[in-house]
Amino acid sequence: MILFVLCLILFIIGLYGVVTKRNLIKIILGIAIMEYSVNLFFILIGYVKGATAPILGKAFPKGPFVDPLPQAMILTAIVIGLATTALLLAVAIRLYRKYGTFDIRKINSLKG
Amino acid sequence: MKGMTIIVKKITQIVAPLIFVYGIYIVIHGHLSPGGGFAGGVIMAGAFILQILANGSILSKLRKQESGLEFLESAAILGFLIIAGLGLLISSSLTFFFNFLSKGTIGKLISAGVIPIENVVVGLEVCAAITTIFIALAVFEKEEKE
Amino acid sequence: MEIYLVILLVLMILGSLYSLNARDLLSAVISYGIVGFGLVICFLILQAPDLAIVQIVVEVITLIIMIAVIKNTTRDEIKKQTNYKAAVNFLMIVIFALVFFYVFDMITGALTSFGDHFTRMSTAYIAGARETGSANLVTGVIFDFRAYDTLGEATVLFTAVIGILTILRIKGRKK
Repeated sequence: MILFVLCLILFIIGLYGVVTKRNLIKIILGIAIMEYSVNLFFILIGYVKGATAPILGKAFPKGPFVDPLPQAMILTAIVIGLATTALLLAVAIRLYRKYGTFDIRKINSLKG
Repeated sequence: MKGMTIIVKKITQIVAPLIFVYGIYIVIHGHLSPGGGFAGGVIMAGAFILQILANGSILSKLRKQESGLEFLESAAILGFLIIAGLGLLISSSLTFFFNFLSKGTIGKLISAGVIPIENVVVGLEVCAAITTIFIALAVFEKEEKE
Repeated sequence: MEIYLVILLVLMILGSLYSLNARDLLSAVISYGIVGFGLVICFLILQAPDLAIVQIVVEVITLIIMIAVIKNTTRDEIKKQTNYKAAVNFLMIVIFALVFFYVFDMITGALTSFGDHFTRMSTAYIAGARETGSANLVTGVIFDFRAYDTLGEATVLFTAVIGILTILRIKGRKK
């Protein structure tokens, strides 16, 4: 139970980074930390005590297996997280080229 | 982006093909041991990124390579759709993604029907996508000064 | 067994706290790597080797891209603000945290405790795993039982690449 609470604390730290900070790169780091905490939470749910990895074969006995369905979903989510972070960084580069700074209080003119 | 010293270039010539072969191994054995298409694809992209970082970015060569990467990525995802559509045509009940090749014994390299072919196609697509992302994001300063 | 996970999670929390409060952007990105690599060892302890392989290579690629972006643009950090807006931000975070804790308390009353897990769908997948013919159950679930999700992921990756190439396009713009 304490593991779930620690996951929630990691999520709140990511949210603190998004809401409070004024540097654009730190906002992107906060979004990535939130994604990591959600992935960890899903894998924590699907764990069975005393079970092995879900692979049939000679090395792994036919004992109880860990849940393979959350692992399949989070495998997709990790690669999509990489694509999202890369897209955010592309937008940040474009903003730096136009305004010359990463400060979000100075990026406020709706021209061009 | 300037290149590195000659020691790094020579070591990269030896190490980068080994990383590429390791990525192909993880992609092909995706249905027997942990790994699969996504992990192997990113490792294959890592070999290309190592080459670009060690030798510096000569812009004319990169532009020619980038058009080849676009063709590879589009062809890979089209191949994935064609394999799924063939399942629609071949099966008796009209199911998308039907597993229509024969499934041999569990544990051999050629088994599990359509799954190894899908692993290879997804690995190629992920490799091309991540290399394109790296070239677009990390080499942009030279493009701006032109 | 649980004690290792608790130690790793506390290490990740400390690393992320330092990463968001660093005075230098390069230090922030490097200590963001603590969170990523700690997650790899967490996945290995929780018996998920597929995810550990994918997470470590994706984390390395993310670090390379971020360091390249920071090297090309700028490295310094903005000065701290010391007026009343900082206190307002802190109060907002405290209110968010209280709301999240209350909702979390309601939700985890319905969850089973850590380690006993029993769903109907997963027992059906494990029992029917021999039909797919693959020895790796996670690959069988990705490419045979749930192949639509893999098609969706390939599409999202493709669209992200198209989006990046469109945003950063230089030539082709007529002044």
